Amino acid sequence: MADLTLATLAAQVFTGLVLGMILVLLAIGLSLIFGLMTVVNFAHGSLYMLGAYLGFFLIGYTKNFWFALVVAPLLVGVFGLLMERFLVRPLYGRSIDDPLLLTFGLSLVLVEAVRLIWGKIGLTLDPPRQLAGAVNLGFTAFPLYRLFVIGVTIAVLVALWLFLEKTNIGLIIRAGSRDALMVRALGFDLGRVWLLVFGIGTALAGLAGILAGPMRGVYAEMGVTIVIESFVVVVVGGMGSLVGAIVAGIFIGEVVSLTTLFAPKFAEIMVFVVMALVLLVRPSGLFGEAGLME
Amino acid sequence: MDRRSFLVTGTAVAAGLAFPAVLRAQSKDPIRIGCPLPLTGPFGALAADMQRGAQLAVDELNAKGGILGRKVEVLFRDDQLKPAVGAQRTQELIENEKCLFIVGGLAAHVQMAINEQTKKSKILFVSTSQSDEISAKPDTSPLTFHEALNPTITSRVVGSWIADNLGKRWWIIYADYAWGKQNNAVLQDVLKKKGGTLLGSTPYPLGSAEFSAHLPKITAAKPEVLVTVTPGADNVAFLKQVGSFGMRKEMKIAQPLHWLPQAKEGGPELYQDIYAGINYYWELGDTVPQAKRYNDAFLKKHGQPAGDYSCYSYSGIMEVARGCELAKSTDSMAVADALRKNPVYDHYKGKQWWRACDNKSFQDMWIVKGRGPGKTRGEWGLLEVVSKVPANEEMDRTCAEKGHA
Amino acid sequence: MRAVRDWIAGHPVVAFLVVFAVFPFLVPYKALATQVLIYGLFALGFNLLYGYTGLLSFGHAAYWGLGAYGTGIALAKLKVGSLWLALGAGLGLAVLGGAAVGFFCLRRRGIYFAMLTLAFAQLLYFVGFHLADWTGGDDGLRGITRPPLSLPGLTLSIDTSLAFYYFAFALVALAVAGLKRILDSPFGAVLQAIRENSDRAASCGYDIRRVKLLSFVFSALFAGLAGALDALRLNVVPIESLYWSSSGQVVIMTLLGGAGTFFGPFVGAATFLVLEDRLSVFTESWPLVIGAIFMVFVLFLPKGIWGTLLARLDGAPR
Repeated sequence: MADLTLATLAAQVFTGLVLGMILVLLAIGLSLIFGLMTVVNFAHGSLYMLGAYLGFFLIGYTKNFWFALVVAPLLVGVFGLLMERFLVRPLYGRSIDDPLLLTFGLSLVLVEAVRLIWGKIGLTLDPPRQLAGAVNLGFTAFPLYRLFVIGVTIAVLVALWLFLEKTNIGLIIRAGSRDALMVRALGFDLGRVWLLVFGIGTALAGLAGILAGPMRGVYAEMGVTIVIESFVVVVVGGMGSLVGAIVAGIFIGEVVSLTTLFAPKFAEIMVFVVMALVLLVRPSGLFGEAGLME
Repeated sequence: MDRRSFLVTGTAVAAGLAFPAVLRAQSKDPIRIGCPLPLTGPFGALAADMQRGAQLAVDELNAKGGILGRKVEVLFRDDQLKPAVGAQRTQELIENEKCLFIVGGLAAHVQMAINEQTKKSKILFVSTSQSDEISAKPDTSPLTFHEALNPTITSRVVGSWIADNLGKRWWIIYADYAWGKQNNAVLQDVLKKKGGTLLGSTPYPLGSAEFSAHLPKITAAKPEVLVTVTPGADNVAFLKQVGSFGMRKEMKIAQPLHWLPQAKEGGPELYQDIYAGINYYWELGDTVPQAKRYNDAFLKKHGQPAGDYSCYSYSGIMEVARGCELAKSTDSMAVADALRKNPVYDHYKGKQWWRACDNKSFQDMWIVKGRGPGKTRGEWGLLEVVSKVPANEEMDRTCAEKGHA
Repeated sequence: MRAVRDWIAGHPVVAFLVVFAVFPFLVPYKALATQVLIYGLFALGFNLLYGYTGLLSFGHAAYWGLGAYGTGIALAKLKVGSLWLALGAGLGLAVLGGAAVGFFCLRRRGIYFAMLTLAFAQLLYFVGFHLADWTGGDDGLRGITRPPLSLPGLTLSIDTSLAFYYFAFALVALAVAGLKRILDSPFGAVLQAIRENSDRAASCGYDIRRVKLLSFVFSALFAGLAGALDALRLNVVPIESLYWSSSGQVVIMTLLGGAGTFFGPFVGAATFLVLEDRLSVFTESWPLVIGAIFMVFVLFLPKGIWGTLLARLDGAPR
């Protein structure tokens, strides 16, 4: 490629970062929920989609993007709380496959319900005026909104890190994902922790959805393949490892972006190639602990 | 005995054996036409448009006394945009619902799977979406009719127009599946013949909503025209991202097709000054009387103007009816022969005809562009007709090139 | 009821023969019966690995697809005239694929195993997608013919819906009998020991790796036979055969019917496919109804439809 310049490469790295950020938000929720409850939440992609649709609805209703950006994920989080309480909780103690079948059924219901309510055709969501247009980064023009997505994700990650590292409940969550039995033996009520974690994890999916909406459009099937990619990120990072989810998310975003630059035909499969290679070399992912979640 | 004459004799023998069925055909049972469409899934909106077109056709036929004095029924089935499901539903329509004809399908790979079932059951199939293979050997059959445009015709017409009017330095981005790959190949061919320069051509996985990783190198290459082969929901996402990267000022954008439902989704700003081909657009009614009649009837029944793909299923069902009346029979082979003997028809936009060798429909198409905000004609008047390209058999591959000796 | 249950448990192969001999006349149309039979076999293969050995594969589309493409390519591209040779090509490919993928994936356990099987299946999908000269790419492999069934001293056409059903029925019955033999053998006992506690099974001196690999290969063989039959049934092999959604579908069918039960896979396949077929005729929103039904089933039938039925009849959870 003769016209490959440092500027193009830098632009490519930035686009990869945005791809990675959305994956990270989804993967963290999946990883928390799986790590703590061994629930494979197949409906995670549908909650991402739900976040985007609720965002669209709230923006249409209030004309205020910022309000929607805060409230849509919270609503998805509330949905997650209800989901845990009434659908997932009855399944604790059963094998891993029951929640899988249940959340698969739920994802079918959610996709079809959204199509009934908002119609078959996709919707478009515009970024707020303040974030419209492209800025010149010196080496390339880059959409301001995408920079904002990077910023929001970093802020949320920092907040989450503080919550998990600096609060008592965070400590219980971390301990619970290592050894639930021991935490319960110490007398903690894990039921409420699970409820909370489910709420946080689903809210993050909702946030990813409303953030992605203005970039990718809002349509009922938007969560179908991304849930698989997010699961790949979780596994590459190592089950239950938040640092792993972040590193793997950004890494896979960059791999996809750079493959698109050099060999676009391979971009789609690279996600799985990376996973296969990582798992063959490191049995429990990049940051996973051996023996956990096997 | 070549494959075709084998099929012809085979059908004749089958028709002879099925004599009781011929007797039954003279009864007053309704004539059933099966219509598999991807009602759920990402092409659901286009499928709904096609469903509306088929419903209109049935209403109009029954208002005039049906086909051969028998009532017409169309049975819709959801093929989920999956070939295996399309094949299964087609089997159900033929075996369980006793459909005499199949009209429908959207997306090439599902068409192919449906076509294998109709060939096996010796049932006439009118294919209603784009594909090059469906009317070429070895896939086609004497009972396979192709009503829609195909990538070769579309991209030869649109590509030539782009090169003549917008510029000759192109970048092509295309969805990595049959329709995308074929359009890409034809576009490159056209550009070469026009003496233009191809700066690059990149595939992306169909159904991807994320194009940002493709955009920096396209920007850096500075093409005059960005030709985008991005169907369905991809189209809106792609155009949005191109806009957000500030590329709309730098280059013109054109694509093989506009779809009215997609343009409606994206809105006038997104589609402003984007050029594309189209097989039908309701504003053609201003100049083409048949287009006006079709749209008026459609508007009256469904409360919204006809989209481009509704015409294919409408016309497909009308052709089945015309063939039955001509043949005075509902036997698929007799109907197919009658259509080949009387190939000219006109249901919604002017004269069309079936080419005898490959049962391919030839029809006028138009170049349109997005009007832009403030200039639209009502809610659905998003496009402006730029030029008409009359039907021409030379725009498709020749009979020989398609394997028809 | 109890007596019936015991009889079925004692004679599963006979029970299968009786039910599926009349099955085409119990469903709305014959082609649906064939579809249930073939997907039931696919689920049966998956169930051997998951339900009986405890290994969750999320990449069974690979063996289904290899079986389908092997048979399809033999007939459509290589113009093989013999039905048995074509089926053999499909089975051979599926077994080879199963052995190779199993060899790598069995080095990992649990969710990591599942995701590795997914990765290999997606790689295969990618290869199939781009090897369009052989596979037809995304348009699917077309032009598959059904050669007549030739047995010693006898040649039968399997072109009609009903003839093809009974042809598939005979082969699936063989597979069901084969599975019964496997489960009743000492090897089958080791499989179930691995499911219950793989470390304990290892400490009993069994070569766990080899047993698991054999189970993987048998599972791929059944899935491959199902895929091969499906290529003959539809006369096309869609590229989606290799896609993860096919793997997901077989997981769902098996869980719905009841993993680890002998007839669960067939019950699951029948429930899934008949519901989908009939519901989609009545409403475009059929995924909503079917999704809700799945959720109700999980919440109230914890061991799948067949598994729960068995447990109820036993009067005690098992």
